Amino acid sequence: MTAITSPALIDVRGLRHVYGKGEGSHRLVLDGVDLRLPAGEIVGLLGRSGSGKSTLLRSIAGLIAPSGGAIARADDTRVAMVFQSFALFPWLTVLENVETGLQARHVPVRERRRRALQAIDLIGLDGFENAYPKELSGGMRQRVGLARALVVDPDVLLLDEPFSALDVLTAETLRSDLLDLWADGRMPIQAMLMVTHNIEEAVLMCDRLLVFSSNPGRVMAELRIALPRPRDRHDPAFRALVEDIYVRMTQPAPARPAAPASAAAGLAGVLAPVSTNAMAGLLETLAAAPYEGKADLPQLAAALHYEADELFPVAETLQHLRFAELGDGDLRLLAAGRRYVQAGVDQRKQLFAQHLQSYVPLAAHIRRVLDDRAAHQAPARRFRDELEDHMSPGYAEQTLQAVVQWGRYAELYAYDEEAERFSLDDPA
Amino acid sequence: MAFFFDVTRGARLLSPGLGRSLRPSWADAVALLLLAALAVLAVHGVMRMRVPLAVLEARPMSLDLARLPFYALLTTLRMFAALAVSLLFTFVVGTLAARSRRAAALIVPALDILQSVPVLGFLSFTVSFFMGWFPGSQLGVECAAVFAIFTSQAWNMTFSFYQSLRTVPADLDEVARQFGFSRRQRFLRLDLPFAMPGLIWNTMMSMSGGWFFVVASEAITVGDTTVALPGIGSWLAQAIAQEDLRAIGWAVLAMAVVILLYDQLVFRPVVTWADKFRVELTAASSRPRSWVYALIRRTQWLRLPFALIGRVLQWLAEVGPRPAPRAPAVERPPGVLSRWLWRGAVAAVCGWAVWLLADFAVTHLSVAQVGQVLWLGCLTLLRVTVLLVLASLLWVPVGVWVGMRPAWAQRVQPVAQFLAAFPANVLFPFAVMAIVGWHLDPEVWLSPLMVLGTQWYILFNVIAGASAIPADLKEAAQVFGLRGWQRWRRLILPAILPFYVTGALTAAGGSWNASIVAESISWGQRHLQATGLGAYIAQATEQGDTVAVALGVIVMSVFVLGFTHLLWRPLYRVAERRFRVA
Repeated sequence: MTAITSPALIDVRGLRHVYGKGEGSHRLVLDGVDLRLPAGEIVGLLGRSGSGKSTLLRSIAGLIAPSGGAIARADDTRVAMVFQSFALFPWLTVLENVETGLQARHVPVRERRRRALQAIDLIGLDGFENAYPKELSGGMRQRVGLARALVVDPDVLLLDEPFSALDVLTAETLRSDLLDLWADGRMPIQAMLMVTHNIEEAVLMCDRLLVFSSNPGRVMAELRIALPRPRDRHDPAFRALVEDIYVRMTQPAPARPAAPASAAAGLAGVLAPVSTNAMAGLLETLAAAPYEGKADLPQLAAALHYEADELFPVAETLQHLRFAELGDGDLRLLAAGRRYVQAGVDQRKQLFAQHLQSYVPLAAHIRRVLDDRAAHQAPARRFRDELEDHMSPGYAEQTLQAVVQWGRYAELYAYDEEAERFSLDDPA
Repeated sequence: MAFFFDVTRGARLLSPGLGRSLRPSWADAVALLLLAALAVLAVHGVMRMRVPLAVLEARPMSLDLARLPFYALLTTLRMFAALAVSLLFTFVVGTLAARSRRAAALIVPALDILQSVPVLGFLSFTVSFFMGWFPGSQLGVECAAVFAIFTSQAWNMTFSFYQSLRTVPADLDEVARQFGFSRRQRFLRLDLPFAMPGLIWNTMMSMSGGWFFVVASEAITVGDTTVALPGIGSWLAQAIAQEDLRAIGWAVLAMAVVILLYDQLVFRPVVTWADKFRVELTAASSRPRSWVYALIRRTQWLRLPFALIGRVLQWLAEVGPRPAPRAPAVERPPGVLSRWLWRGAVAAVCGWAVWLLADFAVTHLSVAQVGQVLWLGCLTLLRVTVLLVLASLLWVPVGVWVGMRPAWAQRVQPVAQFLAAFPANVLFPFAVMAIVGWHLDPEVWLSPLMVLGTQWYILFNVIAGASAIPADLKEAAQVFGLRGWQRWRRLILPAILPFYVTGALTAAGGSWNASIVAESISWGQRHLQATGLGAYIAQATEQGDTVAVALGVIVMSVFVLGFTHLLWRPLYRVAERRFRVA
C-alpha cells in the first residue's frame, strides 16, 4: 500500500480484487475502482449483488487484502463498521457489546463505561443496558451495532447494507435517526461510506453515489446528489433521480471483452434462480390494465409492494428469455410474452421450453448432452465443473439451481436430486 | 480490591447485587454450608492421597461400609482431576488444530483414532511411566489412574472444541478482526464463549464415560503386585473377589448418589449458566433450570467469588500493551519448497512407522495368531450388531411413544440420561449370578451386558427426535388419514433418523468398549467367558502379555474405525441431508 498524500480521508486508487486462490481459474471481482472520500460527505455504493461493493468496503475496513491497487488513509484515520447481520455477541449484554471496541483497545474501565453509556444514550437505547441480544428486536440490535461503532470515535463510518435485514418501518426510523444525528453533528464521525442495493435509500441518504456494474465490479457512474435535506420521497426531483438511476442500471451491459472461444462460450453467464411463478405473475401483471404491456419499473414495483430493486432479477430473466424488454427504466412486453399470457398451461410450458432452449445456452447444452448419450443420463457434477471454470462455486451452484428449476418446468429434462443426475426419464 | 465495592452511581451494569446492601440472606447460609462441606471433603481426600506406597500395601481394602462414602469421594476427586487435565488438553490441542491447517491434518485423524481405541488399551502401557515420576509414593499410582480416566474423557471434548472453533460465525469473526482483537482477546472473548455449549455437553458425556473404567483404573498392576487405590473401583473389585453381593449393592447405591450429587451441584448449574452462550438469537422455549444456580444467584456474598473469576478473565484479556493495528491476516498458501519439505517429513515418519509395525509383526506375531484375533473380532462384531438391532427394536417404539407426549418426555428424559451415565458394569455380578444359577450359556447370555449401559443413548436420542417432529407435520398426517405402519414409514421414521443415527453411533462405540469388560467376568473364583475380542484383550491384560494386548487393541480399533467411516458417517450424512426437518 503506497502512501499517497491527499486531503481526502480515504483515497482508493485502481483497486483490483481477484477471486480464486492458488492455481486455477480466477474471477475478477473488482476492476480498477477509484474512490475519494473527503470529510463531510455521505458516499453510497450502489449495485446489484456480485458487483463487488461489499468487497470494496471490506478492503477499506482492512478485513480483506486486495489483489492490486492502493488504499490511502489520511493521518491515522480510524474506521468502524456496521454489519448487515448486526453481528452482536449473543453472550454479552448491550452495554458489554458496545464496550467491545474499547475493551480491545485497553481503555480503562471507568472511561470505557462512561463512553459506552454516552453512546447508548445518543442512539436511543437507554434502559436496555442489561438486555441480551436475543431479547431485542432487529431495529434495536442494529442500534447496538451503531453504538458499538460510534463509541470508538471513528473518523469514517462504514455501513454494509445496514438496513436491509430490517422491516420497512424500522428501517425508515433508523435511517431518519441516523440522518438527524449526522445533520446535528452529534456523532464524532466525519464521513460515512454506505453499501446498499436499495436505490431509494441511496438517494435518500447520500451526497454522492457510485453506481456499480456487476461481473466484474466497475464504477459505472458517479452521481452527485444535491437535494436539500430532509429529502422527500415524493419530491419530483427525487423521483427523477431514482428514475435516472434505474435507467442506468437497466442498460444492457457493454459487450464483454472477448471471452475464451471455447465450447463453453455463452455458458459463462450467472443465472438467478427466479421462480417460474414469479415470471408468469409479472408477465400477467404487465399484460393487464393499466399497463397494457408497458410499465415504468419503479411504479410497477410500488404497485406490487416490492422494493424497486427486488423486481430486477425477475425482469432481467424475462429479458434474457425474450419475453419482455428492459430499457429506459421501463419494462415492455414482447410478442412472445403476450402469447405466453394468453396461452393455457400446456402451451405455456411448450413456449417456455422453446425460449429456454433458444436463449439459455446452458439448458440447450444439457439437453444436447442428454440426447447424445446412449443412456440419456448425465451427472450434475459435470456441468458444475464446467461452470466453475468461469465463476465461483457459489454462483455455479446458483446457476445450476436456476437451470434445473426452469428445465423441470419446461419438461425439458428431469433431475434426480439425491443422485444429482440429469436424465430424460419421466419422473414417474 | 476496589471492584468488589464499586458503587458508582448510575452504573446499573455491575451484576445486580454488588451495588446493593451486603446483608447476607438465608440463601447465603445454605450455599456457604454446601461449599464448606465440599471444600473440607476435597482437602481431606487430597491429603489422604499423599501417603507412601508402603502404607497402601500394608492396609488392604476393607469392605467396611463406613468407609464407602470416603472411597466414593476419592474416586470422584480423581475423576474431576482427570477432567481438569482433559480441559487443559482440549484448549491447547483444539486451538492448535483450529489455527494451523497442517497441525489439523495430523491432529484430527489422530483424535479420530484415539476415540476408537478402547480405553483399557492405554492403561497397560502407561502405568510404569507414571510410577517412575513419584517412586515409592502413592501419587505415582494416582497419576496413572488419573491418566487412565483422562484417556476416556479427552478426545471427544477436543473434537467438539475444534469443531466449534472452526464454525465461528463469519460476522462475529469480522467484528473481532475489525476491532483489532489480539490473539489472547480473541480466544477469551469470542472462541471460548462460542465453544461453551458444545464443550459443556461433551464434558458431561465424558464424565459418564469415565465411570465405566473406574474399576479397571483403580486396580493397577505393577509387575507382579496389584495396587488397589482406595476408591469405589477397588471396593467393587474386592467385593467381586469375596463374592459379597450386599457390598456390591451398597456400591451401586453410592455411585447413584454420587452421580446425582455432581449432576445437581456442578453440571446443571453450569449448563444453566451457559445457556446465554447459545447463538440462536431467539429466546428458547425451554430453558434449563437448576436450583443450585438459582440459589447462588440469590445470594449476596457467594456471587462475589464468581464475579471475581469473571474480573480475572477480563483482566487477562486486557493486560499488556495495546496491540498495534495489524494488516488483515490473509492466509497465504505455503510456498512450494515448504510444502514439499512437509510432505517429505510426513512420508519419512510414515515410513518409519510402517517399518516399526512390520518389524513388530514379524518378530512377535504369527499369521495364525492374527487370523485368530480377526476371527474373534468378527464374533464380537456379530454380537454388537445383533444386540444393537434388538435394542433398537425395543427402544425406538418406546422412545417415539414417550417423545410424542411432552409430559412423559419431560419425566423420562432425565431418567434415561441418568441411566446412560451410570456405569452398567457394576451390575454385572448380578448377571453372573443369574447365569451361573440357571446354568445358561455364557456365549449367548453375556452378550446383552454389552449393550446394558449403551442402549439408553438410543432411547434418549429417539425421545429427543420424536419431540422435535414439527406439529404441522403431525397435523397434516392426521388430516390425510395416515395411520399405523404408513404413519411410521412416511412420517416418524424419517423424522427421527438423524437422531437415531447419533444415538446408535454412540451406542455402538460404547458397546465395543464394553465388550472388554462384558465378555470376561469374574465372580469370586468363578470366571465366565465368551469367545470374542473383548475377552481376548481382557485375558491378555491380566496375563501381562503386552504383544497380545497390542494386537487385540489394534484390531479392535481398526474394526471401530472401519465401521465409523464406512457405515455411520455416510449414514449420518444421508440422514442429515434428506431427513433433517428444520
